Amino acid sequence: MTKQTYPAQLEDKSSGGLRNALPRRDFLRYTGAGLALTGLVLNGCSDDDDNVDPNANNTVNVGTSDIGVLNYAYALEQLEAAFYAQVIAGGTGTYFTSLGANSAERQILTDLAAHEKAHRDFFKNTIPANSIIKELSPDFSAIDFNVGKRAAGAPAGTKLGVLDAAMAFEDLGVAAYNGAGRYITNPVYLALAGKIVSVEARHAALIRDLMSYNTFVGSDVVDLFTPTGSASTPGVGNGTGLEKSKRPAEVITTANQFLQEGSKLNVSGLA
Amino acid sequence: MDLFQLITEIEKVDPEVYERFDSRRRVFKHLTGMGKKLSAAALPGFVAALFNKAYGQTAGPSVNDVLNLALSLEYLEFYFYDTGLNTTGLIPEPERRAIELIRNDESGHIKTLRGALGSAAIPDPGRAAFDYSGGKGSGTGPFAPALLPGGTALYFGVAQSFVDTGVRAYKGGAPFLMTNKDILEAALNIHSVEARHSSHIRTVRRGLAAGVLGGPTSATTPAGADPKVSPKSWISGNDGGGPSPQTNPSTADVYGPGTNPPPAGVPTGITFPGEDNVVQAGRTITTDSGVSAAAASEAFDEPLDYVKVKAIARNFVAASTTLFV
Repeated sequence: MTKQTYPAQLEDKSSGGLRNALPRRDFLRYTGAGLALTGLVLNGCSDDDDNVDPNANNTVNVGTSDIGVLNYAYALEQLEAAFYAQVIAGGTGTYFTSLGANSAERQILTDLAAHEKAHRDFFKNTIPANSIIKELSPDFSAIDFNVGKRAAGAPAGTKLGVLDAAMAFEDLGVAAYNGAGRYITNPVYLALAGKIVSVEARHAALIRDLMSYNTFVGSDVVDLFTPTGSASTPGVGNGTGLEKSKRPAEVITTANQFLQEGSKLNVSGLA
Repeated sequence: MDLFQLITEIEKVDPEVYERFDSRRRVFKHLTGMGKKLSAAALPGFVAALFNKAYGQTAGPSVNDVLNLALSLEYLEFYFYDTGLNTTGLIPEPERRAIELIRNDESGHIKTLRGALGSAAIPDPGRAAFDYSGGKGSGTGPFAPALLPGGTALYFGVAQSFVDTGVRAYKGGAPFLMTNKDILEAALNIHSVEARHSSHIRTVRRGLAAGVLGGPTSATTPAGADPKVSPKSWISGNDGGGPSPQTNPSTADVYGPGTNPPPAGVPTGITFPGEDNVVQAGRTITTDSGVSAAAASEAFDEPLDYVKVKAIARNFVAASTTLFV
Protein backbone atom coordinates (compact mmCIF):
# COMPACT_ATOMS: atom_id res chain seq x y z
CA MET A 1 0.00 0.00 0.00
CA THR A 2 2.93 2.31 0.16
CA LYS A 3 3.96 2.16 -3.47
CA GLN A 4 2.32 5.10 -5.14
CA THR A 5 4.83 6.32 -7.65
CA TYR A 6 3.03 6.03 -10.96
CA PRO A 7 5.94 5.97 -13.34
CA ALA A 8 7.45 2.85 -11.87
CA GLN A 9 4.14 1.09 -11.88
CA LEU A 10 3.11 2.21 -15.31
CA GLU A 11 6.40 0.87 -16.52
CA ASP A 12 5.73 -2.61 -15.29
CA LYS A 13 3.08 -3.87 -17.59
CA SER A 14 3.44 -7.43 -16.44
CA SER A 15 2.37 -6.54 -12.94
CA GLY A 16 -0.75 -4.81 -14.07
CA GLY A 17 0.43 -1.55 -15.58
CA LEU A 18 -2.14 1.16 -15.26
CA ARG A 19 -4.32 -0.96 -13.06
CA ASN A 20 -2.06 -0.32 -10.16
CA ALA A 21 -1.43 3.27 -11.01
CA LEU A 22 -4.62 4.64 -9.59
CA PRO A 23 -4.05 7.06 -6.78
CA ARG A 24 -5.05 6.14 -3.32
CA ARG A 25 -7.79 8.73 -3.44
CA ASP A 26 -9.55 7.09 -6.37
CA PHE A 27 -9.03 3.71 -4.93
CA LEU A 28 -10.76 4.73 -1.77
CA ARG A 29 -13.44 6.63 -3.60
CA TYR A 30 -14.46 3.58 -5.54
CA THR A 31 -14.23 1.09 -2.80
CA GLY A 32 -15.01 2.89 0.37
CA ALA A 33 -12.92 2.03 3.34
CA GLY A 34 -14.71 -1.24 3.87
CA LEU A 35 -14.40 -2.86 0.47
CA ALA A 36 -10.67 -3.14 0.64
CA LEU A 37 -8.68 -4.40 -2.29
CA THR A 38 -11.35 -5.20 -4.83
CA GLY A 39 -11.13 -1.64 -6.09
CA LEU A 40 -7.90 -2.28 -7.89
CA VAL A 41 -9.49 -4.95 -9.99
CA LEU A 42 -12.57 -2.90 -10.62
CA ASN A 43 -10.61 -0.08 -12.06
CA GLY A 44 -8.24 -2.06 -14.14
CA CYS A 45 -11.01 -3.86 -15.87
CA SER A 46 -13.44 -0.97 -15.80
CA ASP A 47 -16.71 -2.01 -14.26
CA ASP A 48 -18.41 -2.15 -17.64
CA ASP A 49 -16.17 -4.70 -19.22
CA ASP A 50 -18.46 -7.50 -18.29
CA ASN A 51 -21.42 -6.20 -20.19
CA VAL A 52 -19.86 -4.36 -23.11
CA ASP A 53 -18.39 -6.52 -25.79
CA PRO A 54 -15.54 -4.55 -27.35
CA ASN A 55 -16.42 -6.02 -30.71
CA ALA A 56 -20.16 -5.55 -30.52
CA ASN A 57 -21.65 -4.54 -33.86
CA ASN A 58 -18.27 -4.96 -35.45
CA THR A 59 -16.99 -1.79 -33.78
CA VAL A 60 -14.11 -1.24 -31.40
CA ASN A 61 -15.44 -0.12 -28.04
CA VAL A 62 -12.89 1.99 -26.22
CA GLY A 63 -14.48 1.33 -22.83
CA THR A 64 -15.29 3.68 -20.02
CA SER A 65 -13.73 6.12 -17.61
CA ASP A 66 -9.95 6.52 -17.53
CA ILE A 67 -9.18 3.40 -19.53
CA GLY A 68 -11.77 4.46 -22.08
CA VAL A 69 -10.09 7.82 -22.55
CA LEU A 70 -6.67 6.21 -22.84
CA ASN A 71 -7.96 3.79 -25.47
CA TYR A 72 -9.68 6.63 -27.28
CA ALA A 73 -6.42 8.56 -27.37
CA TYR A 74 -4.58 5.42 -28.45
CA ALA A 75 -7.02 4.97 -31.33
CA LEU A 76 -6.51 8.51 -32.58
CA GLU A 77 -2.76 8.24 -32.22
CA GLN A 78 -2.82 4.99 -34.17
CA LEU A 79 -4.60 6.79 -36.97
CA GLU A 80 -2.12 9.66 -37.01
CA ALA A 81 0.94 7.43 -36.73
CA ALA A 82 -0.24 5.20 -39.56
CA PHE A 83 -0.92 8.22 -41.74
CA TYR A 84 2.49 9.84 -41.31
CA ALA A 85 4.25 6.50 -41.61
CA GLN A 86 2.61 6.07 -44.99
CA VAL A 87 3.50 9.63 -45.98
CA ILE A 88 7.19 9.33 -45.27
CA ALA A 89 7.47 5.77 -46.57
CA GLY A 90 6.71 7.24 -49.97
CA GLY A 91 5.55 3.93 -51.34
CA THR A 92 2.03 5.09 -52.00
CA GLY A 93 2.60 8.59 -53.26
CA THR A 94 5.13 11.06 -54.48
CA TYR A 95 4.36 14.17 -52.45
CA PHE A 96 6.87 13.49 -49.70
CA THR A 97 9.57 11.98 -51.90
CA SER A 98 9.45 14.97 -54.23
CA LEU A 99 10.17 17.41 -51.40
CA GLY A 100 13.64 18.92 -51.30
CA ALA A 101 16.06 17.22 -48.97
CA ASN A 102 16.36 20.36 -46.83
CA SER A 103 12.83 21.63 -47.24
CA ALA A 104 10.74 22.68 -44.27
CA GLU A 105 7.94 20.36 -45.32
CA ARG A 106 10.23 17.34 -45.27
CA GLN A 107 11.60 18.32 -41.87
CA ILE A 108 8.12 18.90 -40.51
CA LEU A 109 6.53 15.69 -41.79
CA THR A 110 9.52 13.66 -40.62
CA ASP A 111 9.17 15.15 -37.14
CA LEU A 112 5.43 14.58 -37.09
CA ALA A 113 5.87 10.94 -38.05
CA ALA A 114 8.30 10.45 -35.16
CA HIS A 115 6.10 12.30 -32.65
CA GLU A 116 2.95 10.39 -33.52
CA LYS A 117 4.79 7.09 -33.47
CA ALA A 118 6.03 8.00 -30.00
CA HIS A 119 2.49 8.82 -28.87
CA ARG A 120 1.05 5.62 -30.28
CA ASP A 121 3.73 3.43 -28.79
CA PHE A 122 3.40 5.14 -25.45
CA PHE A 123 -0.25 4.22 -25.16
CA LYS A 124 0.36 0.77 -26.57
CA ASN A 125 2.97 0.15 -23.91
CA THR A 126 1.07 1.54 -20.96
CA ILE A 127 -2.57 0.53 -21.31
CA PRO A 128 -3.05 -2.79 -19.50
CA ALA A 129 -3.16 -5.78 -21.82
CA ASN A 130 -6.56 -6.87 -20.59
CA SER A 131 -8.12 -3.50 -21.40
CA ILE A 132 -6.35 -2.28 -24.52
CA ILE A 133 -8.10 -2.05 -27.85
CA LYS A 134 -6.69 -3.88 -30.83
CA GLU A 135 -4.45 -2.45 -33.52
CA LEU A 136 -6.72 -0.64 -35.93
CA SER A 137 -6.72 -0.91 -39.70
CA PRO A 138 -6.82 2.53 -41.30
CA ASP A 139 -8.52 3.38 -44.56
CA PHE A 140 -6.72 6.22 -46.31
CA SER A 141 -8.45 5.80 -49.65
CA ALA A 142 -9.76 9.37 -49.34
CA ILE A 143 -6.20 10.73 -49.35
CA ASP A 144 -4.04 11.28 -52.44
CA PHE A 145 -0.47 10.84 -51.28
CA ASN A 146 0.80 12.41 -54.49
CA VAL A 147 -0.67 15.77 -53.60
CA GLY A 148 0.31 18.27 -50.89
CA LYS A 149 -2.63 20.58 -50.91
CA ARG A 150 -5.88 19.99 -52.70
CA ALA A 151 -6.65 22.69 -55.26
CA ALA A 152 -8.88 25.48 -54.02
CA GLY A 153 -12.45 24.96 -55.20
CA ALA A 154 -11.89 21.30 -55.96
CA PRO A 155 -15.18 19.49 -56.55
CA ALA A 156 -16.76 17.49 -53.78
CA GLY A 157 -15.29 14.05 -53.51
CA THR A 158 -11.81 15.17 -54.52
CA LYS A 159 -9.27 13.35 -52.41
CA LEU A 160 -7.46 15.18 -49.65
CA GLY A 161 -3.84 16.07 -50.14
CA VAL A 162 -1.24 15.10 -47.56
CA LEU A 163 -1.34 18.50 -45.88
CA ASP A 164 -5.15 18.63 -45.97
CA ALA A 165 -5.27 15.29 -44.22
CA ALA A 166 -2.54 16.25 -41.74
CA MET A 167 -4.49 19.35 -40.81
CA ALA A 168 -7.69 17.36 -40.38
CA PHE A 169 -5.99 14.81 -38.13
CA GLU A 170 -4.11 17.35 -36.02
CA ASP A 171 -7.08 19.64 -35.47
CA LEU A 172 -9.24 16.63 -34.69
CA GLY A 173 -6.71 15.38 -32.17
CA VAL A 174 -6.62 18.68 -30.31
CA ALA A 175 -10.40 18.97 -30.18
CA ALA A 176 -10.62 15.34 -29.06
CA TYR A 177 -8.14 15.58 -26.20
CA ASN A 178 -9.72 18.81 -24.97
CA GLY A 179 -13.19 17.33 -25.12
CA ALA A 180 -12.21 14.15 -23.30
CA GLY A 181 -10.37 15.72 -20.38
CA ARG A 182 -13.58 15.83 -18.38
CA TYR A 183 -13.86 12.02 -18.41
CA ILE A 184 -10.48 11.52 -16.79
CA THR A 185 -10.52 10.91 -13.04
CA ASN A 186 -6.83 10.26 -12.45
CA PRO A 187 -4.82 13.51 -12.42
CA VAL A 188 -1.73 11.69 -13.64
CA TYR A 189 -3.53 10.72 -16.84
CA LEU A 190 -4.83 14.24 -17.24
CA ALA A 191 -1.28 15.50 -17.01
CA LEU A 192 -0.13 12.96 -19.59
CA ALA A 193 -2.89 13.95 -21.98
CA GLY A 194 -1.90 17.57 -21.45
CA LYS A 195 1.68 16.80 -22.42
CA ILE A 196 0.49 15.39 -25.73
CA VAL A 197 -2.31 17.75 -26.69
CA SER A 198 -0.16 20.86 -26.75
CA VAL A 199 2.22 19.11 -29.14
CA GLU A 200 -0.73 18.26 -31.37
CA ALA A 201 -1.74 21.92 -31.24
CA ARG A 202 1.77 22.96 -32.26
CA HIS A 203 1.54 20.54 -35.19
CA ALA A 204 -1.90 21.77 -36.18
CA ALA A 205 -0.86 25.42 -36.12
CA LEU A 206 2.16 24.87 -38.34
CA ILE A 207 0.36 22.68 -40.85
CA ARG A 208 -2.35 25.35 -41.04
CA ASP A 209 0.27 28.05 -41.55
CA LEU A 210 1.72 25.96 -44.36
CA MET A 211 -1.72 25.65 -45.90
CA SER A 212 -2.54 29.32 -45.47
CA TYR A 213 -0.39 31.68 -43.45
CA ASN A 214 -1.91 33.13 -40.27
CA THR A 215 -4.58 30.45 -40.00
CA PHE A 216 -2.81 28.92 -36.98
CA VAL A 217 -5.93 29.97 -35.13
CA GLY A 218 -8.87 29.82 -37.53
CA SER A 219 -12.52 30.32 -36.81
CA ASP A 220 -13.15 26.68 -37.65
CA VAL A 221 -11.08 25.54 -34.67
CA VAL A 222 -11.06 28.52 -32.28
CA ASP A 223 -13.92 30.71 -31.10
CA LEU A 224 -12.06 33.84 -32.11
CA PHE A 225 -12.48 36.95 -29.99
CA THR A 226 -13.43 40.25 -31.57
CA PRO A 227 -13.05 43.39 -29.46
CA THR A 228 -16.16 45.54 -29.38
CA GLY A 229 -14.49 48.59 -27.91
CA SER A 230 -10.86 49.57 -27.83
CA ALA A 231 -8.80 46.51 -28.62
CA SER A 232 -6.40 47.73 -25.93
CA THR A 233 -9.00 47.19 -23.22
CA PRO A 234 -8.84 43.51 -22.34
CA GLY A 235 -11.86 41.26 -22.01
CA VAL A 236 -14.45 43.35 -23.81
CA GLY A 237 -15.79 41.82 -26.99
CA ASN A 238 -17.48 38.89 -28.64
CA GLY A 239 -16.08 35.35 -28.58
CA THR A 240 -13.80 33.65 -26.10
CA GLY A 241 -10.50 32.74 -27.73
CA LEU A 242 -11.17 29.11 -26.76
CA GLU A 243 -10.41 26.02 -28.83
CA LYS A 244 -13.60 24.35 -30.04
CA SER A 245 -13.32 21.06 -28.18
CA LYS A 246 -15.35 18.11 -29.41
CA ARG A 247 -17.04 15.29 -27.59
CA PRO A 248 -15.97 11.74 -28.45
CA ALA A 249 -19.16 10.99 -30.39
CA GLU A 250 -18.51 13.93 -32.69
CA VAL A 251 -14.84 13.11 -33.08
CA ILE A 252 -15.41 9.56 -34.22
CA THR A 253 -17.78 10.57 -36.99
CA THR A 254 -14.66 12.02 -38.60
CA ALA A 255 -12.16 9.44 -37.36
CA ASN A 256 -14.27 6.51 -38.52
CA GLN A 257 -14.12 7.79 -42.08
CA PHE A 258 -10.45 6.85 -42.00
CA LEU A 259 -10.92 3.42 -40.44
CA GLN A 260 -11.84 0.15 -42.09
CA GLU A 261 -14.90 -1.86 -41.23
CA GLY A 262 -14.11 -3.76 -38.07
CA SER A 263 -11.84 -0.97 -36.86
CA LYS A 264 -14.43 1.75 -36.51
CA LEU A 265 -14.66 3.19 -33.04
CA ASN A 266 -17.46 3.01 -30.52
CA VAL A 267 -17.26 5.61 -27.77
CA SER A 268 -20.63 4.99 -26.16
CA GLY A 269 -18.86 4.37 -22.86
CA LEU A 270 -17.53 7.94 -22.80
CA ALA A 271 -20.32 10.32 -22.01
CA MET B 1 -16.48 9.53 19.61
CA ASP B 2 -15.77 7.11 16.82
CA LEU B 3 -12.84 8.45 14.88
CA PHE B 4 -13.48 6.32 11.83
CA GLN B 5 -17.14 7.20 11.74
CA LEU B 6 -16.04 10.82 11.81
CA ILE B 7 -13.71 10.31 8.87
CA THR B 8 -16.42 8.49 6.94
CA GLU B 9 -18.67 11.48 7.47
CA ILE B 10 -15.98 13.83 6.28
CA GLU B 11 -15.44 11.70 3.21
CA LYS B 12 -18.96 12.52 2.11
CA VAL B 13 -17.99 16.15 1.68
CA ASP B 14 -14.31 15.68 0.99
CA PRO B 15 -13.53 12.51 -0.96
CA GLU B 16 -9.86 13.30 -0.60
CA VAL B 17 -9.83 12.99 3.15
CA TYR B 18 -8.02 9.66 3.09
CA GLU B 19 -5.37 10.97 0.78
CA ARG B 20 -4.86 13.94 3.01
CA PHE B 21 -4.17 11.61 5.87
CA ASP B 22 -2.17 9.28 3.77
CA SER B 23 0.13 11.88 2.30
CA ARG B 24 0.85 12.88 5.85
CA ARG B 25 1.32 9.35 6.93
CA ARG B 26 3.53 10.39 9.76
CA VAL B 27 0.50 11.62 11.66
CA PHE B 28 -0.35 8.02 12.22
CA LYS B 29 2.81 7.65 14.17
CA HIS B 30 0.79 9.26 16.87
CA LEU B 31 -1.55 6.35 16.67
CA THR B 32 0.76 3.89 18.29
CA GLY B 33 -1.99 3.48 20.82
CA MET B 34 -4.38 2.41 18.06
CA GLY B 35 -5.15 -0.83 19.85
CA LYS B 36 -5.59 0.95 23.12
CA LYS B 37 -8.38 3.27 23.83
CA LEU B 38 -7.48 6.88 23.77
CA SER B 39 -8.66 8.50 26.92
CA ALA B 40 -11.73 10.62 26.46
CA ALA B 41 -9.81 13.60 27.64
CA ALA B 42 -6.98 13.13 25.16
CA LEU B 43 -9.11 12.45 22.13
CA PRO B 44 -10.22 15.98 21.20
CA GLY B 45 -6.67 17.24 21.24
CA PHE B 46 -5.46 14.35 19.16
CA VAL B 47 -8.20 14.77 16.59
CA ALA B 48 -7.53 18.47 16.33
CA ALA B 49 -3.86 17.84 15.73
CA LEU B 50 -4.64 15.15 13.17
CA PHE B 51 -6.91 17.35 11.12
CA ASN B 52 -4.70 20.35 11.43
CA LYS B 53 -1.93 18.36 9.85
CA ALA B 54 -4.17 16.85 7.21
CA TYR B 55 -5.70 20.10 6.13
CA GLY B 56 -3.17 22.61 7.30
CA GLN B 57 -0.11 21.63 5.32
CA THR B 58 -0.93 19.70 2.22
CA ALA B 59 -3.43 22.09 0.71
CA GLY B 60 -2.47 23.15 -2.79
CA PRO B 61 -3.94 26.03 -4.71
CA SER B 62 -7.71 26.27 -4.96
CA VAL B 63 -9.53 26.43 -8.26
CA ASN B 64 -9.68 30.19 -7.90
CA ASP B 65 -5.97 30.38 -7.10
CA VAL B 66 -5.20 28.53 -10.31
CA LEU B 67 -7.56 30.63 -12.38
CA ASN B 68 -6.23 33.88 -10.97
CA LEU B 69 -2.66 32.83 -11.72
CA ALA B 70 -3.80 32.04 -15.26
CA LEU B 71 -5.56 35.40 -15.46
CA SER B 72 -2.42 37.18 -14.28
CA LEU B 73 -0.41 35.46 -17.01
CA GLU B 74 -3.02 36.42 -19.57
CA TYR B 75 -2.74 40.07 -18.56
CA LEU B 76 1.03 39.80 -18.81
CA GLU B 77 0.70 38.48 -22.34
CA PHE B 78 -2.13 40.73 -23.43
CA TYR B 79 -0.35 43.94 -22.58
CA PHE B 80 2.87 42.68 -24.12
CA TYR B 81 1.22 42.06 -27.47
CA ASP B 82 -0.85 45.22 -27.26
CA THR B 83 2.17 47.34 -26.43
CA GLY B 84 4.05 45.79 -29.33
CA LEU B 85 1.25 46.58 -31.74
CA ASN B 86 1.28 50.19 -30.51
CA THR B 87 5.05 50.60 -30.88
CA THR B 88 5.92 52.08 -34.24
CA GLY B 89 8.59 50.24 -36.14
CA LEU B 90 8.53 47.09 -34.05
CA ILE B 91 6.25 44.51 -35.62
CA PRO B 92 6.75 44.13 -39.37
CA GLU B 93 3.58 44.62 -41.35
CA PRO B 94 3.35 41.00 -42.63
CA GLU B 95 3.28 39.78 -39.01
CA ARG B 96 0.88 42.34 -37.55
CA ARG B 97 -2.20 40.27 -38.30
CA ALA B 98 -0.87 37.35 -36.30
CA ILE B 99 -0.05 39.48 -33.29
CA GLU B 100 -3.51 41.04 -33.47
CA LEU B 101 -5.06 37.59 -33.53
CA ILE B 102 -2.99 36.50 -30.57
CA ARG B 103 -3.65 39.69 -28.61
CA ASN B 104 -7.37 39.25 -29.21
CA ASP B 105 -7.28 35.60 -28.17
CA GLU B 106 -5.67 36.67 -24.88
CA SER B 107 -8.41 39.23 -24.46
CA GLY B 108 -10.95 36.45 -24.92
CA HIS B 109 -9.13 34.31 -22.38
CA ILE B 110 -9.27 37.19 -19.91
CA LYS B 111 -12.99 37.49 -20.51
CA THR B 112 -13.44 33.75 -20.00
CA LEU B 113 -11.38 33.61 -16.81
CA ARG B 114 -13.10 36.66 -15.37
CA GLY B 115 -16.42 34.98 -16.07
CA ALA B 116 -15.34 31.80 -14.30
CA LEU B 117 -13.96 33.69 -11.31
CA GLY B 118 -16.76 36.20 -10.91
CA SER B 119 -16.11 38.51 -8.00
CA ALA B 120 -13.01 36.51 -7.06
CA ALA B 121 -11.17 37.71 -10.18
CA ILE B 122 -8.17 39.90 -9.57
CA PRO B 123 -8.63 43.44 -10.87
CA ASP B 124 -7.07 44.37 -14.21
CA PRO B 125 -3.53 45.36 -13.18
CA GLY B 126 -3.17 47.58 -16.25
CA ARG B 127 -0.21 48.03 -18.56
CA ALA B 128 1.79 49.94 -15.97
CA ALA B 129 1.97 46.91 -13.67
CA PHE B 130 4.34 45.11 -16.02
CA ASP B 131 8.02 45.63 -16.62
CA TYR B 132 8.71 43.80 -19.86
CA SER B 133 12.40 44.54 -19.58
CA GLY B 134 12.59 41.75 -17.01
CA GLY B 135 13.89 44.30 -14.52
CA LYS B 136 11.34 43.72 -11.75
CA GLY B 137 10.09 47.27 -12.03
CA SER B 138 13.38 48.98 -12.82
CA GLY B 139 12.63 49.13 -16.52
CA THR B 140 16.27 48.41 -17.21
CA GLY B 141 16.26 44.64 -17.50
CA PRO B 142 17.87 42.80 -20.41
CA PHE B 143 14.71 42.66 -22.51
CA ALA B 144 14.12 46.44 -22.62
CA PRO B 145 15.06 46.61 -26.34
CA ALA B 146 12.22 44.20 -27.16
CA LEU B 147 9.72 47.05 -27.04
CA LEU B 148 11.85 49.61 -28.81
CA PRO B 149 11.87 50.18 -32.57
CA GLY B 150 14.21 47.68 -34.17
CA GLY B 151 13.82 45.21 -31.35
CA THR B 152 11.80 42.86 -33.54
CA ALA B 153 13.87 39.72 -33.09
CA LEU B 154 14.00 40.10 -29.32
CA TYR B 155 10.31 40.95 -29.19
CA PHE B 156 9.39 37.65 -30.78
CA GLY B 157 11.89 35.87 -28.56
CA VAL B 158 10.30 37.30 -25.43
CA ALA B 159 6.85 36.52 -26.83
CA GLN B 160 7.90 32.90 -27.30
CA SER B 161 9.13 32.74 -23.72
CA PHE B 162 5.90 34.15 -22.34
CA VAL B 163 3.68 31.89 -24.36
CA ASP B 164 5.67 28.77 -23.62
CA THR B 165 5.55 29.65 -19.92
CA GLY B 166 1.80 29.94 -20.33
CA VAL B 167 1.49 26.56 -22.04
CA ARG B 168 3.46 24.91 -19.26
CA ALA B 169 1.51 26.78 -16.58
CA TYR B 170 -1.89 25.65 -17.84
CA LYS B 171 -0.59 22.11 -18.08
CA GLY B 172 0.57 22.28 -14.48
CA GLY B 173 -2.66 23.90 -13.33
CA ALA B 174 -5.13 21.55 -14.98
CA PRO B 175 -5.05 18.83 -12.29
CA PHE B 176 -6.28 21.38 -9.74
CA LEU B 177 -9.37 22.09 -11.83
CA MET B 178 -10.70 18.54 -12.02
CA THR B 179 -13.44 19.21 -9.51
CA ASN B 180 -15.22 21.45 -12.04
CA LYS B 181 -15.39 19.79 -15.44
CA ASP B 182 -16.59 22.85 -17.33
CA ILE B 183 -13.85 25.04 -15.94
CA LEU B 184 -11.34 22.30 -16.65
CA GLU B 185 -12.47 22.09 -20.26
CA ALA B 186 -12.30 25.86 -20.68
CA ALA B 187 -8.75 25.82 -19.33
CA LEU B 188 -7.82 23.01 -21.72
CA ASN B 189 -9.33 25.03 -24.55
CA ILE B 190 -7.13 27.97 -23.59
CA HIS B 191 -4.09 25.72 -23.19
CA SER B 192 -4.19 24.40 -26.76
CA VAL B 193 -4.72 27.88 -28.19
CA GLU B 194 -1.62 29.05 -26.34
CA ALA B 195 0.26 26.15 -27.91
CA ARG B 196 -0.97 27.23 -31.34
CA HIS B 197 0.33 30.72 -30.58
CA SER B 198 3.70 29.33 -29.57
CA SER B 199 3.90 27.33 -32.78
CA HIS B 200 3.26 30.44 -34.86
CA ILE B 201 5.61 32.71 -32.93
CA ARG B 202 8.30 30.12 -33.48
CA THR B 203 7.47 30.01 -37.18
CA VAL B 204 7.86 33.79 -37.36
CA ARG B 205 11.22 33.50 -35.61
CA ARG B 206 12.46 30.98 -38.19
CA GLY B 207 11.51 33.49 -40.85
CA LEU B 208 13.22 36.35 -39.05
CA ALA B 209 16.38 34.29 -38.63
CA ALA B 210 16.37 33.60 -42.37
CA GLY B 211 15.55 37.17 -43.28
CA VAL B 212 12.05 36.52 -44.57
CA LEU B 213 8.70 37.81 -43.38
CA GLY B 214 5.11 36.62 -43.54
CA GLY B 215 3.65 33.76 -45.49
CA PRO B 216 4.24 31.43 -46.99
CA THR B 217 7.99 31.90 -46.67
CA SER B 218 8.15 31.90 -42.87
CA ALA B 219 6.29 28.60 -42.76
CA THR B 220 8.44 27.09 -45.48
CA THR B 221 11.69 28.05 -43.77
CA PRO B 222 13.21 24.99 -42.09
CA ALA B 223 14.45 25.25 -38.54
CA GLY B 224 18.08 26.25 -38.32
CA ALA B 225 20.94 24.68 -36.46
CA ASP B 226 20.53 26.96 -33.45
CA PRO B 227 17.21 26.45 -31.64
CA LYS B 228 17.74 29.65 -29.70
CA VAL B 229 17.23 31.80 -32.80
CA SER B 230 15.58 29.49 -35.34
CA PRO B 231 13.47 27.05 -33.32
CA LYS B 232 11.12 24.37 -34.48
CA SER B 233 7.44 25.02 -33.80
CA TRP B 234 7.74 22.43 -31.05
CA ILE B 235 10.16 22.44 -28.14
CA SER B 236 13.20 20.35 -29.02
CA GLY B 237 15.25 19.28 -26.02
CA ASN B 238 15.50 22.42 -23.93
CA ASP B 239 15.76 24.55 -27.08
CA GLY B 240 19.26 25.50 -26.02
CA GLY B 241 17.80 27.41 -23.09
CA GLY B 242 15.39 29.40 -25.22
CA PRO B 243 15.83 32.76 -26.90
CA SER B 244 17.99 34.37 -24.22
CA PRO B 245 19.68 31.87 -21.93
CA GLN B 246 22.61 34.06 -20.91
CA THR B 247 20.70 37.01 -19.48
CA ASN B 248 19.34 37.58 -16.00
CA PRO B 249 16.51 36.71 -15.99
CA SER B 250 17.33 33.79 -18.26
CA THR B 251 14.86 32.12 -20.59
CA ALA B 252 16.47 28.82 -19.64
CA ASP B 253 14.03 28.68 -16.73
CA VAL B 254 11.14 28.58 -19.20
CA TYR B 255 12.41 25.30 -20.65
CA GLY B 256 14.16 23.79 -17.66
CA PRO B 257 12.76 21.71 -14.81
CA GLY B 258 10.19 23.00 -12.37
CA THR B 259 10.09 22.53 -8.63
CA ASN B 260 11.06 19.02 -7.55
CA PRO B 261 9.87 17.56 -5.32
CA PRO B 262 6.62 19.19 -6.39
CA PRO B 263 5.05 21.89 -4.21
CA ALA B 264 2.07 21.37 -1.94
CA GLY B 265 -1.06 19.87 -3.36
CA VAL B 266 0.39 18.50 -6.60
CA PRO B 267 -1.12 15.04 -7.09
CA THR B 268 1.23 12.16 -6.44
CA GLY B 269 2.87 10.96 -9.63
CA ILE B 270 3.10 14.34 -11.32
CA THR B 271 6.61 15.75 -11.55
CA PHE B 272 8.17 18.66 -13.36
CA PRO B 273 11.16 17.67 -15.47
CA GLY B 274 12.66 19.97 -18.08
CA GLU B 275 11.40 20.00 -21.65
CA ASP B 276 14.25 17.68 -22.66
CA ASN B 277 12.61 14.84 -20.75
CA VAL B 278 12.33 11.56 -22.69
CA VAL B 279 10.81 9.36 -19.98
CA GLN B 280 7.02 9.38 -19.70
CA ALA B 281 5.23 7.42 -17.00
CA GLY B 282 8.26 5.21 -16.65
CA ARG B 283 8.57 4.47 -20.35
CA THR B 284 11.72 5.56 -22.15
CA ILE B 285 10.37 6.96 -25.39
CA THR B 286 13.64 6.77 -27.30
CA THR B 287 13.91 3.05 -26.58
CA ASP B 288 10.26 2.20 -27.07
CA SER B 289 9.87 3.97 -30.40
CA GLY B 290 13.38 4.03 -31.76
CA VAL B 291 13.32 7.78 -32.15
CA SER B 292 16.00 10.33 -31.34
CA ALA B 293 16.16 12.06 -27.98
CA ALA B 294 15.21 15.25 -29.79
CA ALA B 295 12.08 13.69 -31.26
CA ALA B 296 11.16 12.01 -27.98
CA SER B 297 11.39 15.31 -26.13
CA GLU B 298 9.47 17.15 -28.83
CA ALA B 299 6.61 14.66 -28.71
CA PHE B 300 5.75 15.53 -25.10
CA ASP B 301 5.53 19.02 -23.63
CA GLU B 302 6.13 19.26 -19.91
CA PRO B 303 4.07 20.99 -17.22
CA LEU B 304 5.45 23.63 -14.90
CA ASP B 305 4.34 23.98 -11.28
CA TYR B 306 2.79 27.11 -9.88
CA VAL B 307 5.82 27.99 -7.73
CA LYS B 308 8.16 28.00 -10.72
CA VAL B 309 5.67 29.81 -12.93
CA LYS B 310 5.32 32.61 -10.41
CA ALA B 311 9.08 32.86 -9.99
CA ILE B 312 9.49 33.33 -13.75
CA ALA B 313 6.66 35.83 -14.00
CA ARG B 314 7.83 37.90 -11.02
CA ASN B 315 10.73 39.12 -13.13
CA PHE B 316 8.22 41.14 -15.12
CA VAL B 317 6.44 42.99 -12.33
CA ALA B 318 7.58 45.37 -9.63
CA ALA B 319 8.48 43.66 -6.38
CA SER B 320 5.80 45.72 -4.63
CA THR B 321 2.85 44.29 -6.59
CA THR B 322 0.60 41.48 -5.45
CA LEU B 323 0.82 39.73 -8.81
CA PHE B 324 2.49 36.32 -8.89
CA VAL B 325 3.04 36.09 -5.15
